[in-house]
Amino acid sequence: MAVAQRDPHTGYTTTGHEWNGITELNRPVPKVIWLFLAATIIFSVIYWVLMPAWPLVETYTKGVLGVDQRSSLAENLRIAAADRASWTQQIETRNFAEIQADDSLMQIVRNTGRPLFEDNCATCHGMKGQGGHGFPRLTDDAWLWGADPATVAETIRVGINSTHNETRVSQMQAFGRDGILDRAAILDVVTYVRSLAGAEPTGDERSDSIAAAAEVFAANCAACHGESGTGNTELGAPDLTDESWIYGGDRQSVYTTVYRGRQGHMPHWEGRLSALERKLLTLFVLDLGATKQ
Amino acid sequence: MVAGLTKGERQFAIVISVVLALCGLFLAGAGHQRPLGVHGLLIAFLGIATVFVVLSGYIAPEPSEERLSSYYDDPSKAGIIIAMIWAIFAMFIGDWVAWLLAYPEMTFDAAWASFGRLRPVHTTGVIFGFGGNALIATSFHVMQRTCRARMPDQLSPWFVLLGYNLFCILAVSGYFIGVTQSKEYAEPEWYADIWLVIVWVTYFVLYLRTLARRQEPHIYVANWYYLAFILVVAVLHIVNNLAVPVSLGHAKSYSAFSGVQDAMTQWWYGHNAVAFFLTAGFLGMLYYYLPKRAERPIFSYRLSIISFWGITFLYMWAGSHHLHYTALPHWVQTLGMTFSVMLLVPSWASAGNALLTLNGAWHRVRDDATLRFMMVAAVFYGISTFEGSFLAIRPVNSLSHYTDWTVGHVHAGALGWVAFITFGSIYAVVPILWKRERMYSARLVEVHFWLALAGTLIYVFAMWNSGIIQGLMWRTYTESGTLAYSFIDSLVAMHPYYVARAIGGLLFLIGAAIGFYNIWMTVRTAREEPLEPVADRPIASDTPAGAVQPGE
Ligand code: HEC
Ligand code: HEC
Ligand code: HEM
Ligand code: HEM
Repeated sequence: MAVAQRDPHTGYTTTGHEWNGITELNRPVPKVIWLFLAATIIFSVIYWVLMPAWPLVETYTKGVLGVDQRSSLAENLRIAAADRASWTQQIETRNFAEIQADDSLMQIVRNTGRPLFEDNCATCHGMKGQGGHGFPRLTDDAWLWGADPATVAETIRVGINSTHNETRVSQMQAFGRDGILDRAAILDVVTYVRSLAGAEPTGDERSDSIAAAAEVFAANCAACHGESGTGNTELGAPDLTDESWIYGGDRQSVYTTVYRGRQGHMPHWEGRLSALERKLLTLFVLDLGATKQ
Repeated sequence: MVAGLTKGERQFAIVISVVLALCGLFLAGAGHQRPLGVHGLLIAFLGIATVFVVLSGYIAPEPSEERLSSYYDDPSKAGIIIAMIWAIFAMFIGDWVAWLLAYPEMTFDAAWASFGRLRPVHTTGVIFGFGGNALIATSFHVMQRTCRARMPDQLSPWFVLLGYNLFCILAVSGYFIGVTQSKEYAEPEWYADIWLVIVWVTYFVLYLRTLARRQEPHIYVANWYYLAFILVVAVLHIVNNLAVPVSLGHAKSYSAFSGVQDAMTQWWYGHNAVAFFLTAGFLGMLYYYLPKRAERPIFSYRLSIISFWGITFLYMWAGSHHLHYTALPHWVQTLGMTFSVMLLVPSWASAGNALLTLNGAWHRVRDDATLRFMMVAAVFYGISTFEGSFLAIRPVNSLSHYTDWTVGHVHAGALGWVAFITFGSIYAVVPILWKRERMYSARLVEVHFWLALAGTLIYVFAMWNSGIIQGLMWRTYTESGTLAYSFIDSLVAMHPYYVARAIGGLLFLIGAAIGFYNIWMTVRTAREEPLEPVADRPIASDTPAGAVQPGE
């Protein structure tokens, strides 16, 4: 019963088929579609001629422009490096003090160092290098390994307790867990350590325990932290007399530190960041502290 | 449900369920104390539960012969309800993920609630749970109507629908407990994949058998699209999931492909999943429900033909546009790009065919939110395919790739096209299936429409903005030739857009919930005397297709 009907609205006839009430108009494909199709096909063919496009058995059509994504990437990188050479060479060749004295170079360090720091270091050290629990603040004067640029650069290169062959090693043993000191002695030495930093005894902390604890400290802790607790940058042992704490200066935190020991982990960046980038970061980190003051 | 099956079918259903339960028990034993064991127990439990369901209805009288002169719609009804449940669940998770991106602490320190697990729950839930069930349900409805033939039996549609949902449940529950083969949109592991192959082949065969029984001389366009969807998804699924399990007792498997071949296979799959799952299937819906609702003939039969073959042919080549500027050889990228550009023409031809069909029915579009859902769907189909072809151009892609622009494109398609056409079709088909005069509340359809539209626009605009800003920030250099922004800077800049997106998503979700309520009330509100399905032509007689007279 293929009877074509005329659609009164458009004037076209239907194809004569009908499915549960649905019909279709027998209308030619609009011209614009063919035009459009031709245009996209022509575009594609031209593009195939210009660019690498069709596979042959062993190779592929290379395109008359000779574009290749590997070589164009290499070329772009080369151009970018050449553009930067004006200042990168200076950073690479001049020493820290010279660079720090050069204002225009330091401006570049600040601009390029910030994204580098935020992309690589901020997860642990905070967006502004302010540190956080377990991660040292990099903007103060309290340095585990020393404030000298070469030292900071070395720390960044090899990391701390990292997987690098030359890693810096910093270990504080677990005095409580390993049974080196009993609970009472730890409590006393905690009070003592806190008093070094000028904290007033709180709660049931006895100020008379400080005297007794001085001996415990001298016997167990001074080897690393020094007689007066001012730390040792050879060992990465922190100064305990300042206000700056990595793991917290309240009684519970210090107790946990002494009871469990601490081995902070800082990844090494050699192999991940170039020498230039590490130098930029060293300068940037030191500058963070300097501009802070 | 069981009452509609013949005695033989009931017996066969029990056999299948028992076999399934045994397989489940085997996996439970082999994968004891591992995630696979959990899935084994789940399969066994569902198998046994099905046995009990069938047994409880076993003694019911057989369905009368009269059934053969009407269409078999029970699986479609169930499919639509299930699709809506998946919609609410998976869009809820989607909105959770959206808030999570704005407020990362919303994982509550629980492994199962981490971004990497919730995200595939969302994508699988919406695409396969919501989209897939809606496609299966409507395809059963459409193929019977346009063939004027009843499905050949009662068991296979149930097997397809329920088996498919077992796959979805295995997939989604697997992500929560950490089972994934980490291929996007193909995350489920080997045992779930094998099961889907069985289900899908049954689906394909069921479709062909129904077509073979058709009383209409010609096959309507909607059926070409549904068939392309079923056939191609089968091929894609099988190839991309070729893998070797670690052992029969482990959920984990290793892909048969590696390196760049794996990437290319995955995105050949991924892009054609977009093409044949999220596009072809839903075009099938569009080609039936839109002209039906508008009561207009299709604008041009010839346009349908060229757009169908254009889409089927061109999509196959375009997958490599997902891998621009990667280790994939340059020439493969060129092909992906140019074929994507050509693909725009048949895509717009389809969208145009749909919109021009509405000529002469625009007053209906104005008054009827159901038809308006379908109209907007066609518009968004046009927008997202234009955007897609644009994004496929290499230099454009170098800006958009890895940014939220992709996510914006995805949801212009997923919300504006896929969800809109589905909701429109569901509103059109629910009254027909349940033999009601109309939906419970036309006003609520209207409310749903505006919530969905507002939600989509907010979502898509937020992502366009954030994506382009992100892309630009990542390629801005300082005067000294180094990057001006850190990644965190771009995240901070994204925050307001992420909040906006989450609000847009919430509107969309609320709309869907209202839709579900409306559907539920339509089903619940019984009519005194059920309407005869006036919209349907009666089935001629139960003669096989061979009997169609020549010349028709
Ligand atoms: C995974 C976390 C982490 C990352 C990332 C990280 N650090 Fe560290 N960093 C640490 C920890 C922890 C310490 C302290 C180690 C200790 O307690 O002994 C430290 C120490 C340092 C020190 C030594 C401080 C001192 O007082 O001597 C410097 C300098 C430093 N980091 C710089 C950087 C730079 C620059 C980056 C980025 C390239 C960076 N860090 C990335 C965790 C990290
Ligand atoms: C073997 C060397 C060593 C000894 C002995 C040692 N420490 Fe330490 N201590 C360290 C190092 C190294 C660190 C830094 C650890 C880190 O940052 O990961 C440290 C850190 C600390 C800190 C944390 C400082 C902060 O900023 O949070 C405290 C408190 C402390 N030590 C107290 C003590 C006390 C009390 C003793 C004796 C009972 C002691 N240490 C013995 C090496 C030592
Ligand atoms: C309430 C509505 C929805 C919300 C709030 C929502 C939210 C999201 C979010 C937050 C993501 C992750 C984006 C990212 O990783 O940055 C996402 C991804 C995705 N969603 Fe949705 N979604 C919704 C509806 C849908 C629907 C209905 C579909 C499909 C029919 C869909 C398909 C997808 C897909 C395919 C992805 C992966 C995109 C990619 O990998 O680029 N979504 N969605
Ligand atoms: C002409 C048609 C289309 C073309 C050429 C096209 C092209 C593209 C391109 C170039 C991308 C970005 C790839 C990347 O940079 O990673 C993309 C992503 C995507 N598109 Fe389309 N698109 C089209 C239509 C659609 C439609 C209608 C949908 C329907 C929902 C859709 C869904 C998606 C999805 C889900 C992704 C994200 C894939 C991922 O997870 O990365 N696309 N598309």
